[in-house]
Amino acid sequence: MINFSYTIWILLLPFLVFLLLGLAGHKLKPKLSGLIGTTGLGIITFLSYLTAYQYFFASEKVDGVFQKIIAFNGVWLQLTENLHIDIGILLDPISVMMLVVVTTVSFMVHIYSIGYMHGEKGFERFFAFLSLFSFSMLGLVVATNIFQMYIFWELVGVSSYLLIGFYYTKPSAVRASKKAFIVTRFADMGFLIGILILSFNTKTFDFITLTSLTGPAITQTGGAAFMGLSVITWSMIFVYMGGVGKSAMFPFHIWLPDAMEGPTPVSALIHAATMVVAGVYLVARMFPIYAIAAPDALNVVAYVGAFSSLLAAVIACTQTDIKRVLAYSTMSQIGYMMLALGVSGYGGHDGLGYMASMFHLFTHAMFKALLFLGAGAIIHAVHSNYMTEMGGLRKYLPITHATFLIACLTIAGIPPLSGFFSKDEILTAALHHNKLLFAVEYAVAGLTAFYMFRLYFSIFWRKETHYHHTPHEAPLTMTIPLIILAIGSVFSGFIPFSELVTSDSMPFESHIEMAVAIPSVLIGIAGIGIAYIMYKKETSIPDRLATTFKYSYKWAYNKFYIDEVYLYITKNIIFRYISTPIAWFDRHIVDGTMNLIAFTTQLLSFRIRNYQSGQLQKYGFVFVTGAIALAILFAYLWK
Amino acid sequence: MDILTLFVVIPVLTITAILFVKDIKHVRVVSATGMGIQLILAAVLVFMYLSARKAGADEQMLFVRDYLWFVNPNIHYAVGVDGISVVMIALTSVVLFAGIFASWEVEFLTKEFFVSLILLATGVFGFFISIDLFTMFLFYELAVIPMYLLIGIWGSGPKEYSAMKLTLMLMGGSALILAGLLGIYFNSAPEGGQLTFNILEIAKVTIPMSAQRLFFPLTFVGFGVLGALFPFHTWSPDGHASAPTAVSMLHAGVLMKLGGYGAFRVAIFLMPEAAAELSWIFIILTATSVVYGAFGAIVQKDLKYINAYSSVSHCGLVLFAILMMNQTALNGAVIQMISHGLMTALFFALIGMLYGRTHTRMINEMGGLMKVIPFLSVCYVIAGLASLGLPGLSGFVAEMTIFVGAFQHTDVFHRVVTIVAVSSIVITAVYILRVVAILLLGPTTDEHHEHLTDAKWFEKVSVVILIGSVAGIGLAPYWLSSMIGTSLQPIVVKILATNPF
Repeated sequence: MINFSYTIWILLLPFLVFLLLGLAGHKLKPKLSGLIGTTGLGIITFLSYLTAYQYFFASEKVDGVFQKIIAFNGVWLQLTENLHIDIGILLDPISVMMLVVVTTVSFMVHIYSIGYMHGEKGFERFFAFLSLFSFSMLGLVVATNIFQMYIFWELVGVSSYLLIGFYYTKPSAVRASKKAFIVTRFADMGFLIGILILSFNTKTFDFITLTSLTGPAITQTGGAAFMGLSVITWSMIFVYMGGVGKSAMFPFHIWLPDAMEGPTPVSALIHAATMVVAGVYLVARMFPIYAIAAPDALNVVAYVGAFSSLLAAVIACTQTDIKRVLAYSTMSQIGYMMLALGVSGYGGHDGLGYMASMFHLFTHAMFKALLFLGAGAIIHAVHSNYMTEMGGLRKYLPITHATFLIACLTIAGIPPLSGFFSKDEILTAALHHNKLLFAVEYAVAGLTAFYMFRLYFSIFWRKETHYHHTPHEAPLTMTIPLIILAIGSVFSGFIPFSELVTSDSMPFESHIEMAVAIPSVLIGIAGIGIAYIMYKKETSIPDRLATTFKYSYKWAYNKFYIDEVYLYITKNIIFRYISTPIAWFDRHIVDGTMNLIAFTTQLLSFRIRNYQSGQLQKYGFVFVTGAIALAILFAYLWK
Repeated sequence: MDILTLFVVIPVLTITAILFVKDIKHVRVVSATGMGIQLILAAVLVFMYLSARKAGADEQMLFVRDYLWFVNPNIHYAVGVDGISVVMIALTSVVLFAGIFASWEVEFLTKEFFVSLILLATGVFGFFISIDLFTMFLFYELAVIPMYLLIGIWGSGPKEYSAMKLTLMLMGGSALILAGLLGIYFNSAPEGGQLTFNILEIAKVTIPMSAQRLFFPLTFVGFGVLGALFPFHTWSPDGHASAPTAVSMLHAGVLMKLGGYGAFRVAIFLMPEAAAELSWIFIILTATSVVYGAFGAIVQKDLKYINAYSSVSHCGLVLFAILMMNQTALNGAVIQMISHGLMTALFFALIGMLYGRTHTRMINEMGGLMKVIPFLSVCYVIAGLASLGLPGLSGFVAEMTIFVGAFQHTDVFHRVVTIVAVSSIVITAVYILRVVAILLLGPTTDEHHEHLTDAKWFEKVSVVILIGSVAGIGLAPYWLSSMIGTSLQPIVVKILATNPF
């Protein structure tokens, strides 16, 4: 038995680095803060790789099953007799895989940021926040119980808020950060309610107990039902709501494109590779409950995922800000992962979708981080986010161009790059489960290839735009991460995921199904081809198409006006029709009543005061009148 | 002399010392020293309490002292503490100490200011150590009256109006409390025998139901006025807006807790049957105030108003949790009192410091302060994050304990109101982030604000102490929660004995 207790440092170290840089960062030289942050992350990356190696290849399996190992666990807060929030480290195939993903991307982003953020004001603050984020994300990944996950879930939310709003003097960044936090908070409310319902019915927060096949969540599926769905199903739908928010699925996706206001390395780390897949990870973590006890909730996962991926792909075809195209692409790819989970069964080959989802999460992290970092290098060179202001950049940025092309080919699903393998598994799983969803995802695969190569050709080919000063390739600190991630994107497809990360932790045989693979490659090539015709050279085809399909283009370009709907709800309904009347009611009605009471008292006292005037004649008059009145009264009563 | 009485004696000695010094500087130093000793004493008390419990002391109240004061009615000076009072005393000491440093630069009638401030604190300390209802009430009044002077003399804006309103409303509450306490007294021996004001003695008997039905609402509403129970909260926005910094800190941080503490210690603990029967009315009121206060805060423009409405929401949650009447929710209520006390004191301290620099509290007249005064701005963000319940800061611990506790009820009514209360976490995020965005982020809007100076040393002392406490509770809540939990057991046993849910 291997002792995994060293994994505690994976959590402690980034937290200590955060405290150090947060409290004393402004006293250090910027370069030193960057170095401290990056070294810290380097150590964590090394530890994570060590953990992964030991877990997958050196530790013993029982009956061929990877064991769930609690490396550390302590009670953080006792709530009721049974319910207590723990902070601990759970190692199982998905958490170990996520450790690798998070630390790899985070490490690359740290190195990249030294170059990208060079000379920026708040350099040390940036690295402090990156460490905070890494800490939170790692804590989320290794959570031993659902409440620990919720705690770190909130913490990644706030790290994301701080990093999106990094350029805090820029109003658009401030707005975007606020929007991201509030939208995800709203979704997290659902998550919290889900936890409350689930924990009340199962009397535990613990993941191992919850997902155990003999555990209370799975065996007690009966009991009270509401609107035809069991309590567990409802709780899982609520829990999923949190995932919808964090993973930017419809209808809570509106924060993700705006989040691109943050520095580009942040977009690569948080809004492409790690935090936004937390929703997928959440569903995977609770997967046995979804698959066995709450299949209806799992269907919700599948349909939300499929719809989001289609919606995002359509919008991505019309956007011109390169980071926004990538943001919608992220949303679309996460939709893929959600769908894969949604169509998966539990155990053995039935769990193909689960495996495919985790596989795609892994490969996507590599190629999407690469795309964002590449976009960062491009923006760094031309000082613009808009593809309309780019063109012909391949001559100036050779390394960025080569790595970006690799990433585009990967996401388009061209073999033998990694995206091909993971996407192919997802499509296979969808085909066996639900033909409609398969059709949707097949179409999305074509759209993906199209919009990615629209991006690629617009940036690197087409007619050269006039640049103010000649664009030049990024420094080594930025290109080295690009090269490493490109290598990851090319080769990670050969990792035998079906042997390592499966729904029941048992290896199974998977192979490429030609009936799915060949059409999916063909539609990818078709997408690339159309993009080639339309965008390789300056043509009028895009404009003509846009005028032909004027209305649908306009809707897609304006993101189907979903933002406007939200704006209406917040501005009009919440501000104008709820808050303002409440504030008025409080000041005028509630407080008015209090003032009225005071006023009435005062008025009465003024009246009564007249009876204490000190005028003897008046007293005498009242005395005599009263005496007479009493006399008459008594006389009358005595009779 | 026993340790508990020292908590009243030290402030009185400090006041006496202040009266004898002349220089403003000495007044500050004497106050800070006195309250520093008080803070150390509170730490000693926490330590003594924990070690006594560890040594096996299992009485409900420790360090009990009892002196007969009046024979008829049977009034005693009786003191004693359990874990709940100990943490409330610790809270008071921290906020008071921070408050002294936050009012370092009061220049008008400095001596009188500190005397009134410490006199107020004396009342608060006395209230928390008392276990005799009448003594408790006496200290309660002692805490409320200096408030009138503090706001009326050192306040700002329509200070006479606010002071009058606040005092009258709280006095109205006191009238109800007094009636309730006397009612309890005259029913404290239903089977004959000596009538008593002693809480522990009264807890042993069951007050007749007919009396409970009358006196529970009286005491609960009476204390509720101070705890900002909707619709009796309207003294709070005006009062806070006019009060000087340290008074706002003490008032929202500590004095409002007297309401929650009293409602819990007197109304719920002594009359659980009526509480169970009538709780639904108050649950609706408090759940309303949780959401209502938060919505009200969204559109406010004055920083102190925002904080006042936010306090209505957070203190509403305290009373809400108290009415849930189970171990977890009550534990959450006490943690929420501590947490709200610390963070609202922090807010008011920061608002005072901002006001001292910009001479405005209107958020639309400020903007982009982060660039100019980063220390204060970062502290404001931390306070905001604590308020919206970020894990790692105290607010999260309190709210989660309350929500999980309230959700342990199996009936639909309690479930629904819990979910209503849960929704406040979103609304809180809206108003906090709105203020942070307008006030601190973005470009600096007023050119006069470009040359502001950041926090001075005494301001840093004040703020760092509060932030340290907020983060301490947030990072390691276990000891606090279990200390409160142990003390809650006899109370919960009494509640459960009469209404098993």
